[in-house]
Amino acid sequence: MTKNTPSLTHLQLIEAESIHMIREVAAQFEKPVIMFSGGKDSITMLHLCRKAFWPAPVPFPLLHIDTGHNFPETLAFRDNLVEEFGLKLIVGSVQASIDKGTAVEETGKDASRIRLQTVSLLEALEAHGFDCALGGARRDEEKARAKERFFSHRDEFGQWHPRHQRPELWRMYNGRRNVGEHFRAFPLSNWTEMDIWQYIYKEEIAIPSLYFAHDRECVVRNGIILSNSEHLPPVADETPQVMQVRFRTIGDMTCTGAVASDADTLEKIIDEVATTRTTERGARADDRRSETSLEDRKREGYF
Amino acid sequence: MYHEPTSLLRFTTAGSVDDGKSTLIGRLLYDSKSIFEDQINAVEAASTKRGKEQIDLSLLTDGLKAEREQGITIDVAYRYFATPNRKFIIADTPGHAEYTRNMVTGSSTADVALVLCDVRHGMVEQSKRHLYIASLLGIEHIIICVNKMDLVGFDQAQYDAVVQEFSEYAAKLPNQSSGLQYVPISALEGDNVVHASDHTPWYDGQTLMQLLENLEVTHHQGHQQLRFPVQGTVRVDTAQHPDYRAYTGQIAGGTLRVGDAVEILPAGRTSTVTSIETMTGTLETAVAPQSVSVRLADDIDLPRGEMIVRQGDTPTVGQELKLRLCWLSETPLNPGRKYVLQHTSNATRCVIKDIEVVLDINTLEADPEKKTFATNDLGRIVVKTMKPIVYDPYEKNRVTGSVILIDEATHVTVAGGMIV
Ligand SMILES: Nc1nc2c(ncn2[C@@H]2O[C@H](COP(=O)(O)OP(=O)(O)O)[C@@H](O)[C@H]2O)c(=O)[nH]1
Repeated sequence: MTKNTPSLTHLQLIEAESIHMIREVAAQFEKPVIMFSGGKDSITMLHLCRKAFWPAPVPFPLLHIDTGHNFPETLAFRDNLVEEFGLKLIVGSVQASIDKGTAVEETGKDASRIRLQTVSLLEALEAHGFDCALGGARRDEEKARAKERFFSHRDEFGQWHPRHQRPELWRMYNGRRNVGEHFRAFPLSNWTEMDIWQYIYKEEIAIPSLYFAHDRECVVRNGIILSNSEHLPPVADETPQVMQVRFRTIGDMTCTGAVASDADTLEKIIDEVATTRTTERGARADDRRSETSLEDRKREGYF
Repeated sequence: MYHEPTSLLRFTTAGSVDDGKSTLIGRLLYDSKSIFEDQINAVEAASTKRGKEQIDLSLLTDGLKAEREQGITIDVAYRYFATPNRKFIIADTPGHAEYTRNMVTGSSTADVALVLCDVRHGMVEQSKRHLYIASLLGIEHIIICVNKMDLVGFDQAQYDAVVQEFSEYAAKLPNQSSGLQYVPISALEGDNVVHASDHTPWYDGQTLMQLLENLEVTHHQGHQQLRFPVQGTVRVDTAQHPDYRAYTGQIAGGTLRVGDAVEILPAGRTSTVTSIETMTGTLETAVAPQSVSVRLADDIDLPRGEMIVRQGDTPTVGQELKLRLCWLSETPLNPGRKYVLQHTSNATRCVIKDIEVVLDINTLEADPEKKTFATNDLGRIVVKTMKPIVYDPYEKNRVTGSVILIDEATHVTVAGGMIV
């Protein structure tokens, strides 16, 4: 290496990798869509998509699967973003799938609409004929994600076959497919939670207020702090209490756990993440159902 | 405030089953405090379920359900950890012979390969294959982790014997520029992994973690000749950006500068770089592997797959390529079949003109009996492409020197190739 070669930071390197991959999606697919949850990862992915095509607009619409149990803050943020960047938004509704009878509501105190999202997601992908769905999943999130490809092939039923994945070499992505099949593409594969926060800080990316410490009425169930709302099935002998919390991930209100925190700025959040001793998804009731619950959902076609 | 690590190191791990690879990765993560409490709790629970008394660190890196049931790792899994100086991406590849393809996959982007061996067994056939593939894929640094030193009482003589065996074999590797280093470790007990061991006073080298933190890597490729494969074109015509046209891509080698006199291949046109742009600002120079947009002085129609290079520094343009090949598919190579050759952002049909040699997977010598490639076979072929390809030899540039072959009928990636 010659001395005058400027060296790139790890954030610059993974940013370059992601932008390259997003441009490959645009080149190799006819109708890609961004799976947008309103969380920091999909917001970061959207930012990278803007960078990939600037000054042209992002050539993909956003697809949001609304469980009907979203945080109001998420929806307001989503709508602002769509407005600000002139994006196209498609909403797939779990309630609509339930009403049609293609999804069946779970019951009981741990009932959640997480698995039902898969039904609405696959229905929306098919209805619009999307051939590639960009997701903000990261390999560091969960062990089932650790083996995911950048370009991940799905069969005509939207299913993932972890044992028959296409090898992915160097920086070449193979998005060839048969009619009816689609791909998932994960540009943030190599990012960690810390990378995302550092990047949000460095690029000054706006994120929903839920990520910053605030006062909220909560209940504590099985050690998980849940936001009290009309969507949360009540449990006898449980008294909601106001706590100072923030969210490390944002999903469905019924199962996304908050953490007690006073981190009300990005700097404080980064410090907190640097010293935290639990994983992000550890606070998600949906992943705690069994040791392999995310993997089972992923095979079915979950995000 | 926490400040970001400044560099990135990608490494791959390989070893035969039971050499202790999973334990080693678990140990690296555990001792560098990269494991979260809930992960430790989950692994403790799983260890107890399996009747183990101690926490089994190898379970930290065990993946999918099917693999759990079989007790083996079957696919490349990626792990992440960071120290204050560096972020690490581990491509954890299984050691089974039938999964050579995973090792090739994991090695294709790695800067460093860790090859494990059990000190009691020394260098086995598998180790040779791992070394060979790491070298073939052009990995800069190979670290031989001589593991289970605790089982031989940290005996220097046995360690030296293993080092001797590896050094002799190293002389036969396809790529002599890979540097080999050795560390005596116990993954189980942690000796020389993150913390220096008291049991090896005779070893004055660095611990594995120190090596990983300090190795110099040149993955920025900035020292190479300028290579910019065009991925696409951005065109807009707005008040703010009237009649705007830029070419997008990730620099595959060298440094791009405003004012550069460039040539476009295979089209053969010339022009000058007028600006290098990103959404967050224009740049005077950009270096591999940055993703940027390039504007040229001339309005040229540049389709995806063209390559922008500096005048006078041109790569080869041709339609006949000699490839070192790794066959990845379960279906053998069929010379009568049509394959698509993908090279950077370019794709073209190709035909197999000649199967020059297929190696015996164990001896890594030519096997005259083998007439074609089956799963995990390595060898050399010649292909003829329908469109011209703009390339460099793999040993000069891993991006412009590599290709994949895709079966036109099944769309599956069947092989990886390195241009000779
Ligand atoms: N004594 C000893 N045992 C080890 C060491 N490293 C791994 N093992 C054991 O060797 C066996 C295989 O280890 P594992 O990490 O699962 O091997 P892998 O198949 O290469 O991933 C396990 O029983 C480990 O506890 C070591 O350094 N010393």
